[in-house]
Amino acid sequence: MYKRKLLASPFMVMILIGTIIPLCAIGYYGLTDELGGFTFENLLAIFEPDHLKALELSLILAAVSTIICFLIAYPLGLILRDSKLGEKGFIIFIFIIPMWMNFLLRTMAWQTMLERNGLFNSLMDFMGIPFVEIMNTPYAVVLGMVYDFLPFMVLPIYNVLSKMDKSVIEAAYDLGASKLKVLSKVILPLSVPGIVSGVTMVFVPSLTTFVISNMLGGGKINLIGNIIEQEFTVTNNWNLGAGLSLVMMIFIVISMAFIAKFDKNGEGGLL
Amino acid sequence: MAKELIRLENISKAFGDNLVLDNFNLTVNENEFITLLGPSGCGKTTTLRIVGGFETPDSGKVIFEGRDITQVPPNKRHINTVFQKYALFPHMSIEENIAFGLKVSKKSDAYIKDKVKYALKLVNLEGYEKRKIDSLSGGQQQRIAMARAIVNEPKVLLLDEPLGALDLKLRQEMQYELIRLKNELGITFIYVTHDQEEALTMSDKVVVMNDGRIQQMGSPEEIYNEPENAFVADFIGDSNIVDGIMVQDRVVKICGTIFDCVDEGFGKNKPVDVVIRPEDIILSKPGKGIMDGEVIHNVFIGVHYEMEVLAGGFEWLVQSTKSFPVGSKVSMRVDPDNIQIMHKPKSHDEEAIALDV
Ligand SMILES: Nc1ncnc2c1ncn2[C@@H]1O[C@H](COP(=O)(O)OP(=O)(O)OP(=O)(O)O)[C@@H](O)[C@H]1O
Ligand SMILES: [Mg+2]
Repeated sequence: MYKRKLLASPFMVMILIGTIIPLCAIGYYGLTDELGGFTFENLLAIFEPDHLKALELSLILAAVSTIICFLIAYPLGLILRDSKLGEKGFIIFIFIIPMWMNFLLRTMAWQTMLERNGLFNSLMDFMGIPFVEIMNTPYAVVLGMVYDFLPFMVLPIYNVLSKMDKSVIEAAYDLGASKLKVLSKVILPLSVPGIVSGVTMVFVPSLTTFVISNMLGGGKINLIGNIIEQEFTVTNNWNLGAGLSLVMMIFIVISMAFIAKFDKNGEGGLL
Repeated sequence: MAKELIRLENISKAFGDNLVLDNFNLTVNENEFITLLGPSGCGKTTTLRIVGGFETPDSGKVIFEGRDITQVPPNKRHINTVFQKYALFPHMSIEENIAFGLKVSKKSDAYIKDKVKYALKLVNLEGYEKRKIDSLSGGQQQRIAMARAIVNEPKVLLLDEPLGALDLKLRQEMQYELIRLKNELGITFIYVTHDQEEALTMSDKVVVMNDGRIQQMGSPEEIYNEPENAFVADFIGDSNIVDGIMVQDRVVKICGTIFDCVDEGFGKNKPVDVVIRPEDIILSKPGKGIMDGEVIHNVFIGVHYEMEVLAGGFEWLVQSTKSFPVGSKVSMRVDPDNIQIMHKPKSHDEEAIALDV
C-alpha cells in the first residue's frame, strides 16, 4: 500500500505543478484586483457587451464546428465499420496524419491557401467561379476548427462503432428492423459514449481557441479566447484575463455535466 | 405426412479460398426439431446464417414455404434467431428488448404489453419487465433472448449454440425448457451445437456435419446405433473404431480374431471399418470370451468403470458396471448386432478423418 503511494508520487508532483498550482494562480488573479483586494468584478466582466458578443460568437462557431465534425465523422465511422481491415487502417491513417503535424503549421497552411492569391482562390478562378473572400471571415475560422479538431471526433466515434457488438446489430435486423430503424434505435444510442467524448474534445478547444481565429480571422474575428489572450499579452491585465478564464472554465464544466447526462452508461470512448 | 418448410438446395459458400459449405442439401419439415451437429469450424453457424439471411450463398438456393428467399434480407424473413452470445440490446430494459420486434412491425401498445407478459411467463421470468439487462444471470439473459425471438411468432427459430455459455446443470435445465417451449409453441427449431449429448437429447432429427458436408442425417437413435462412417461413429459418443476384414457375409475378422456380425453385402475378404461401442463389449474371465486381453487402465467415472483393454494389439475402450483391476487377464465378447461394419472411406478428406481416428 505504502509502496504504491510512493510509485504514484512523481505523478502527484506533476499534477501539483501542472494543474493545481496554475489553477490556484488563476483563481487568485481572477478573484482579486490589481492591488490584491478581493473582488468579483473580473468574473462579472463577462457581462460587458464586448465580452458577451465575443462569447456568443465563440459559442456559435464552436457549435457549428462541432456539428460539422460530427456530420463528417459519424458517417465515416459507419463506413469504416463495414469496410475491410486494410482499407480501414488506411483511411484512419489519412485522418490521423495531420495530427502528427504541428497545429500552428497546419493552421498556417490554411492561411496561405485561403489568402487572396492563394491556392484556394486560384482553383476557384480556374474553375470559373467568381472570387470569394473566405479569409478573415467566420467561415475561415470554422474551416480551421473543423480541420484541426476533426481527428478528435473521428477517433472516439470510430472506436465505439468498430467495437460495437455485431450480433446486437444483426439481432435488430433479425427482429425485422429496417436499416434506418437499426441506426436510430440501436447503433446511435449505443454510440453515445463515443459521440460524447468526440463532442467534448471538439467543442471545448473550439470554444477557447485564439490561435485559429487569430490566424484565419485576421484580427477581425474576436472570440472569447482572443479577448482573454489580449488581456494577458497586450493589456497586461492578468486579473481580468484570469477572471474571464475562470468564467469559461465554469461554463465548460457546466456544459460537460449537461452532456454527461446523455452518457448514461458512463463509459467514455477512446482518449 | 410432414410438410416441408425450408429447403437448402445445393448451397456452396466459401470465404476466400476456404470452402465452408460444399453443395449442401437439407430439408427441414414443419414443427421439427432439427440439430446441426459437428466439430468447430465445420460450417454450422454459416448454414444457420444463410437460413437467417445474414450470409448469401455463392451458389444454391434457400427455399422457404416454396418461395426462393436466397436474396431476401434478414429483416424481411419470417425467421428469428437466438444468438450464441444472446445479443440483447444493452441500452434497453427487458420489456423494451422483448417488444423490439413487435414495435418495429407497428403492433398496438396493448397487444405488445400482453405479448411481453406472455413471453416472460413462457420463459419463467414473470415480473422482470423493468429490469436492466446487466442485472441478469447468463441463464436469465438466455431466456430473455428466447422470449425476444418467440414473441414475433416466427415460423422458424434458429438457435446457435444457445446453451454454450451455461454451466452443465443450467444447460440440462434449459434443454428441457427448450423442448417444452417448442412443444408449446409448435414452431420449427433449427439448433446448432457441437455437444453430441445435447443433440441426441433434444432433436427429432440430427444432421452430423463435417467439412461443409453432411456426414449423416437421421433420428438420434439411427445416428447413435448405425453410424454410416467412421467420422460419425467417432464423433457421436465414445467408440472403438478398428480395421477389419469382412471374410464373408456375417463374419468379420478383427485383430486376427473371427467375430460374428449381422452385416452382409460387403463382398469377400474386403477391408472395412468396424465400430464397437465401449458399453457393448462384455468382459469375462479369460477363455470365456472370443478374444483375450489384459486390463491396462481403469477409472471410475460415476455410473460405470471405464477400462482400457489391450487385446489383439489394439487398446479397447470398455465401459462396464463391473470392475476388473488393472493387470488382470480378461476375455472380450461382443453381441453380433452390436458390431457395426462400415465401408472404408473413399475420398481424400474422409481418409484424413479416418487417420485422425
Ligand atoms: N465472415 C467470415 N469470414 C471468413 N471466414 C469465415 C467467416 N465466417 C466463418 N468463416 C470460416 O468458415 C468456417 C466455418 O465457420 P462456422 O462459423 O460456420 O463454423 P461452426 O461450425 O459454427 O464452428 P463453431 O462450432 O466453432 O461455432 C471456419 O473455418 C471459419 O473460419
Ligand atoms: Mg458457430
